[in-house]
Amino acid sequence: MLDTAKIRADFPILERHENGKRLVYLDNAATSQKPRKVIDALVHYYSFHNANVHRGAYALAVEATDAYEAARTAVARFVNAWGREGVVFTRGTTESINLVTGSWGRANVGRGDTVVVTAMDHHSNIVPWQILCQEKGANLRMVEITPDGRIDLIDFGRALETKPKVVAYPYVSNSLGTINPAAQLSKLAHAAGAITVIDGAQSSPHLQVDVQALDCDFYALSGHKMLAPMGSGALIAKPALLEAMPPYHGGGEMIERVWDDRSTWNKVPHKFEGGTPNVEGAVGLAAAIGYLEHLGMDRVAQHEQELARLAIEKLSQIEGVTIFGPRDHRAGVVPFTYGDIHPHDLATILDRDGICIRAGHHCTQPLMRRLGVAATARASFYMYNDVDDIDVLVEAVRKAGELFGVGVS
Amino acid sequence: MAAPSPDLGELYQQTILDHNRNPRNFKRLQSPNRTAEGSNPLCGDRIHLFVQVADDMIKDIGFQMPQGAGCAISKASASLMTDAVKGKSITAAEAMFQAFREMLAGGANAPGKLAAFSGVRAFPSRIKCANLAWHALHAALENRAEPVTTESAGDF
Repeated sequence: MLDTAKIRADFPILERHENGKRLVYLDNAATSQKPRKVIDALVHYYSFHNANVHRGAYALAVEATDAYEAARTAVARFVNAWGREGVVFTRGTTESINLVTGSWGRANVGRGDTVVVTAMDHHSNIVPWQILCQEKGANLRMVEITPDGRIDLIDFGRALETKPKVVAYPYVSNSLGTINPAAQLSKLAHAAGAITVIDGAQSSPHLQVDVQALDCDFYALSGHKMLAPMGSGALIAKPALLEAMPPYHGGGEMIERVWDDRSTWNKVPHKFEGGTPNVEGAVGLAAAIGYLEHLGMDRVAQHEQELARLAIEKLSQIEGVTIFGPRDHRAGVVPFTYGDIHPHDLATILDRDGICIRAGHHCTQPLMRRLGVAATARASFYMYNDVDDIDVLVEAVRKAGELFGVGVS
Repeated sequence: MAAPSPDLGELYQQTILDHNRNPRNFKRLQSPNRTAEGSNPLCGDRIHLFVQVADDMIKDIGFQMPQGAGCAISKASASLMTDAVKGKSITAAEAMFQAFREMLAGGANAPGKLAAFSGVRAFPSRIKCANLAWHALHAALENRAEPVTTESAGDF
């Protein structure tokens, strides 16, 4: 396990107390807290290096551009991208996927074509595809899940028989914690002639990711779930695909020359970065990557998976608790329900003990329908969580059961 | 085991826990002449409300919530609301709605058992749960066709 006492000291917000109780932050699948190193990087950038990027003829602007482009290099290294030119900065996973559907999708998906997504996808990897398919008259095929919350490989195979243009899926499920066999799925999809789009929102913060080993075509990530500022993120793509794609947002920075009636485009990735970018976000993302690399992603993954295992073991001892998701191959996400206590009531009760969990559909309504629940409670871990956090959680869940008289009739 | 902290007891008063476990008027009416659907998209709470109105009086009222689609606050509120307005005039029911909203907005306690929800004031994220059934009632009495959501209700 990681040295959590030392790590916690790096996160100013964890010094906060809630109703006299130490803050127990277990909503990391929604967003992560930020280490001082990231907060300081933002302050430092604005205190010493701020200027607009890619257009200045003065030293300050060069410094800002260097900081921004160094962040691109850091992201490329972190996920082993195909090259710096294959890293497009975006506002996060949602914008990254909308970039794929809006640019690649519009150019390559037509009437009667099929797009494949899975029943465990987040709305951000479903809704943009729905919009595209409705616009183009294409078919959206949703792959089913197994009862224990894995992608149903038999149904996946059946979906591939439709010869889809594109197959989109999450590396790690935000609602179940399932770690999907992402490389295997990509291989199968490629063999069927499709390109692959991986939602990496929950994998980038928690696993060692190598997009070249995954051999996907697009990979989307959010900075804010991996210690970086909100509004930072990236689309990682095979550069040749980006070259062939039409622009997404028109504006400054993405052009080469502008005539009265037409324009030519800047090189990739700049072709997809119209307007002044979120330089501060990129700088913060680079600092976050530095922090994660220092800890080591394999150790982070191991730590969280051990916490999830312990949490599942302890919560399962409470009569009436149901845990969702697979037994193996799961990240630090523990979704559960407790008797007939609604997850929102559970979240309110836990909040009184300083515990932050998520309750609801987790932006995965198709998945919730398949699980047969309207909502679940979800505890999700990061490197600053420890065994004490789990004990506090379990104790508070028991208390909720007493208040609501679960098991008493 | 430690007792629940007092403020939780304020929110989950015995009346609320009782109505959550045993909701009153938890039924679909045979021939309602007013109905409404309400939802709270953030929480996933959903309510179907059935009202039988005659001579400006609420003769009968019932509600249903799909399995798991109602938290304790929204279910207990629907239960207590139906108890409170049954047999009352439309004008009286609307006045109760007004009093209930004012209580949650920080005003005086609503009359009778509805005061059990005074503790919700301290939990801003739960106010829309308590209001949901009342918004549905208001929509049903106004004979509005479109489903109400606490997103559009404006005062959660």
